[in-house]
Amino acid sequence: MQPSGLFSTRALAAAAAVAGTLLAGGLAAPARAQAPAQAPAGAVNIFDAVRSRGTLVCGVNTGVAGFAQPDSQGVWRGLDVDYCRAIAAAMFGDPNKVRYVPTTAQNRFTALQSGEVDLLARNTTWTLSRDTQLGFDFAGVNFYDGQGFMVKNSTGAKAGKDLEGATICVQPGTTTEQNLAEWARSNRIRFTPVVIERQEELVQAYASGRCDAYTTDISGLASTRSTQPNSEEHVILPDVISKEPLGPLVRQGDARFADVVRWTHFLLLSAEEFGITQANVQQMINDPRPEVQRMLGRGGDMGKMLGLDNAWGVNVIRAVGNYGEIFNRHLTPIGIKRGPNELWTKGGLQYSPPFR
Amino acid sequence: MSQTTMDPRLLRAPPKRKLRLSWADERVRGLVWQVLVIGVVGAVFYWLWSNTVHNLEVRRIATGFGFLNREAGLPIGESLIEYSPTDTYLRALLVGLLNTLKIALVGIVLATVLGTLVGIARLSRNWLLSKIAGVYVEVIRDLPLLLQLLFWYAIMQSLPGPRQSLNPVEGVFLSNRGLKLPWLEWQDAHTYAVLAFVAGAVGTWAWARRATQLRLQDGKPRPVWPVALGLLLALPLAVWLAFGAPWTVDWPALRGFNFRGGLTMTPEYFALLAGLVLYTAGFIAEIVRAGILAVPHGQWEAAQALGLRPGAVLKRIVLPQALRVIIPPMTSQYLNITKNSSLAVAIGYQDIVSIANTTLNQTGQAIEGIAIIMLVYLTISLSISFFMNWYNSRIALVER
Repeated sequence: MQPSGLFSTRALAAAAAVAGTLLAGGLAAPARAQAPAQAPAGAVNIFDAVRSRGTLVCGVNTGVAGFAQPDSQGVWRGLDVDYCRAIAAAMFGDPNKVRYVPTTAQNRFTALQSGEVDLLARNTTWTLSRDTQLGFDFAGVNFYDGQGFMVKNSTGAKAGKDLEGATICVQPGTTTEQNLAEWARSNRIRFTPVVIERQEELVQAYASGRCDAYTTDISGLASTRSTQPNSEEHVILPDVISKEPLGPLVRQGDARFADVVRWTHFLLLSAEEFGITQANVQQMINDPRPEVQRMLGRGGDMGKMLGLDNAWGVNVIRAVGNYGEIFNRHLTPIGIKRGPNELWTKGGLQYSPPFR
Repeated sequence: MSQTTMDPRLLRAPPKRKLRLSWADERVRGLVWQVLVIGVVGAVFYWLWSNTVHNLEVRRIATGFGFLNREAGLPIGESLIEYSPTDTYLRALLVGLLNTLKIALVGIVLATVLGTLVGIARLSRNWLLSKIAGVYVEVIRDLPLLLQLLFWYAIMQSLPGPRQSLNPVEGVFLSNRGLKLPWLEWQDAHTYAVLAFVAGAVGTWAWARRATQLRLQDGKPRPVWPVALGLLLALPLAVWLAFGAPWTVDWPALRGFNFRGGLTMTPEYFALLAGLVLYTAGFIAEIVRAGILAVPHGQWEAAQALGLRPGAVLKRIVLPQALRVIIPPMTSQYLNITKNSSLAVAIGYQDIVSIANTTLNQTGQAIEGIAIIMLVYLTISLSISFFMNWYNSRIALVER
């Protein structure tokens, strides 16, 4: 490079750097001023995005019998799947307008945070940190559960305290992992964890004997046990070591969408309470009870208040039935009893606010 | 004009050109373009950063590294340092980092040894040996690494359970819970003995250099092995004896579900190590073979004409020259081992990626978690490549 007369190379470079920084600041100033004014906090609009797309993108489990599992024809079936179908029926009138995205325990939250899925119906536990730190809103509890252990009969363990020194298989990134550590500490039980991300490989490690016990929500244990080739060899221990309220969740910021999800769940509960089933929903439109009429759109504009069609109630029940029917369709065949998931009128925890 | 006097015009400084503030001056043009490019790049980075921060705020996702001081609650299967689930996320990440280093360093050493042997074997005049080495290299390079890891893990899982474990020698147990070996109950005397060994190794190396120096001066060979024996064997032994010679063995014993005591090598660690070492050794074998073939055949002939045996030719003439060709691609293979160890997450070995993944899942702070993973791998990889480049420059041919 020719030595320039007035400026040395170094001086030129320094001048360019200074000028560049000033320019960058100048160009960015409009962006900075614009950022807060561009959109007020909370202007995340999932409802309109789903509406205009015409399909609900639902994050589900990769494969848990009873909750979300593709059958032999590749059709997704399960409790969480039916919830996705119910919400699609509420928004579009058609339960098949859903795209299912299987998510693992490790990528489910980033999938929802980033907007890859609109709704996560993936047997996820409602906790404080998830409600606040992760920027989510939980829209109801569709299954009250607890954490337990499954062992092989041959180990001879009869209760949780028999697991001293055992190797326990657990999935990473779950409340299960943390509950296990706390339970072991408070009961002074030493254990060795085996932590594998993919559920299928984790169950394989348990079945092959790498672990003595497998821990997850009791509903998950029951569904895993039902898919094992020799389910009598496995026993679910009676200990329930935590509360696991499982339910669908959405991103924070769109109260309208969260309301739709929440009130669809309450509709399913109220339908069972009032005896509305998939078979008789058409006749029930003419039911004299005012609340039933409001639920099924014959008065009261409940649908319009949610931003939906007034026939949303009929669409949902016609698509999936009421909560009891969904439960009997998917969970009763694998041996899960209603238990705390019974309606409040029968002594359980499922309670819907009134449709008024 | 005589040849010894210079034209005075050549001795003057070149005239300074004034900077004309016009587009015609190429220096002004250059300055303007540089300012614009720097400005655009800076603006793009700033926009990316401010957009990210704004979106995180709108979605109410927490930011910052404050979560590192929170209780982790994660159980970790194997760790080199003391860890319990009540420790902080920072300590859990540290355990993950040590696990990654454990795999990376041991893997690098073993893969180099195996790869060099296989590479030299492929050049052997023994037909069977070279064919076996050739088949090994070709097959192992074609299969995806993840498949090989899952294969090894499946083999580990097919071992018998702890109650029916193989017991070839007293105190050694092999089961699907891993390899259990008897180990010393570690005490201070052992630490000092190890330190004495390290000091002895440094001393031996220093003496070996001095011996070579003296030999080059006066031609008399000085033996290194007595000094090595004394410093590496007698010195640590003496230190250990001085501290009272503690010698209690921790025997592994089956208690309830599992073995207690002794040293464990978990099936996850073994499967990951076996898969990584065998896979990378195939690539290193080819690099070594290329390096040896790159040495001109004339060197072999000249060395043999001087009467050197093939082993000595290889050690003193060929390999030092081959190293100059081998070291740069070897750096890439070492970096590959380090990065491929992140596949540990598929078979349950808790390395930094697995623990950082769990952390970002539990705290919801994906950007900070990924930044930690990137920082760790960047640091390890840059250290390896820095060391290898230094070594490469040390052995480079000094051209005259």
